[in-house]
Amino acid sequence: METTELTVNGKRHELEADSRVTLLDALRNHLGLTGTKKGCDHGQCGACTVIVEGRRINSCLTLACMHDGDEITTIEGLGEPGNLSDLQAAFVAHDGFQCGYCTPGQICSATAMIEEAKAGWPSFVSDDLAGPDALSDEEISERMSGNLCRCAAYPNIVNAIRQVAGGKS
Amino acid sequence: MKPFSYARANDRADATSQAADDATFIAGGTNLLDLMKLEVMAPDRLVDINRLDLDAISETEDGGLRIGALVSNSDCAAHVRVRQVYPVLSRAILAGASGQLRNKATTGGNLCQRTRCYYFYDTAMPCNKREPGSGCQALQGFNRIHAILGASDACIATYPGDMAVAMTALDVAVEIESAAGEVRLVPVRDFHRLPGDHPEKDNILEAGDLITAVILPPPVKGRQIYRKVRDRASYAFALCSMAAVVEMDGDRIASAALAFGGLAHKPWRDEAVEALLVGEKPNAALFGRAADQLLAEARGYGSNDFKIALTRRVLIAVLTEATQEGAAA
Repeated sequence: METTELTVNGKRHELEADSRVTLLDALRNHLGLTGTKKGCDHGQCGACTVIVEGRRINSCLTLACMHDGDEITTIEGLGEPGNLSDLQAAFVAHDGFQCGYCTPGQICSATAMIEEAKAGWPSFVSDDLAGPDALSDEEISERMSGNLCRCAAYPNIVNAIRQVAGGKS
Repeated sequence: MKPFSYARANDRADATSQAADDATFIAGGTNLLDLMKLEVMAPDRLVDINRLDLDAISETEDGGLRIGALVSNSDCAAHVRVRQVYPVLSRAILAGASGQLRNKATTGGNLCQRTRCYYFYDTAMPCNKREPGSGCQALQGFNRIHAILGASDACIATYPGDMAVAMTALDVAVEIESAAGEVRLVPVRDFHRLPGDHPEKDNILEAGDLITAVILPPPVKGRQIYRKVRDRASYAFALCSMAAVVEMDGDRIASAALAFGGLAHKPWRDEAVEALLVGEKPNAALFGRAADQLLAEARGYGSNDFKIALTRRVLIAVLTEATQEGAAA
């Protein structure tokens, strides 16, 4: 058993868990934060995306015990009914989902992705490695390629993200 | 996942001595934990090296860059000097994986990532890389993603990464510290190995060895290009990729450093191809001869036969782009 201190959505938790427990399982099964979803459990679908120390990662591909002292933000920490984050509201306004299972991962991923773009990070489709001025639909799609949507709500997901990122279609 | 003990390394000496005693390093963990969940890998002990002081990028005395082994793929690709001076490296890293994975994956870990051969991943199948002596199912099976160069009867798996392909064209050196505390530099082109009779060994690391950094040479002249061909537009491994650093002198090729991914058990570099190009005026016939040279020993295994024609086209397209008039340095 490993003892790990995690700060999740601003609240400190002391976790006692087997070394094999992933951050994803710690959030869902030990801390009861079931907004973060388990899709493939192999880093291929992005449903488990959370923000750790400001960076989006796949919570299924990291051990909880590796994150002693880390600050973690999950979908529950971004907003709540009556007080939605800009992206949460945009996903509702643009109908950026069908079944909704991938949505928490999409929103956590997009939240951090917008910050990456603001910091000037280029992507594979950026013509200039200095980074894009605005996020085109092509840029949004490339930067969100780690989040799959089996309902294929992609057009509306891109619309929602573009609205918040201030890009042009 | 099989049970394992977990310990955090206090310093490099602690890390290497634990590894010399059969423990396995974990850094980003994006490949290792995937393989542990499938029980393709089942280490008894993990040593977490994430808190070691290996996450800096600094300039070297000769104007190159030293990239710490724990620098994330995202940070390396976004580093201003990497973008400006070694764009082929930024492009290659950005061509790989997803934003989430690049945030977690490290420079050292990326070098050590394992093949994506389907049979290596499937513990119900024989695989000489996973279980030495058990056989190779890929030889007679589905082998679309497999090697056409440098393979053996024991293994036709490929090294799957992008970053190391660009590093191979850039002549990067890998800095390794042994359990005895000795530091050595290994050219990245000698870091990965061909499968031969021992495909279980991906690279030249010995027990206890810790990658501490990669060293980029002083700025290189010429145009830098990374081209990747894959089965979908993003977030897929290369069927064929190519990193090129090509310098022109007037209307002739002054130098060419070419490395290929997705073709072999290691990033592939063929000096005979480069020698054939140097001093020549670029034209289609020359590029055709370069492709003939590169693919002289190429062999398909059925589903991957197309890679021979594909690689020829990638080589010609990249060389055409790299040498066209007005090509900026």
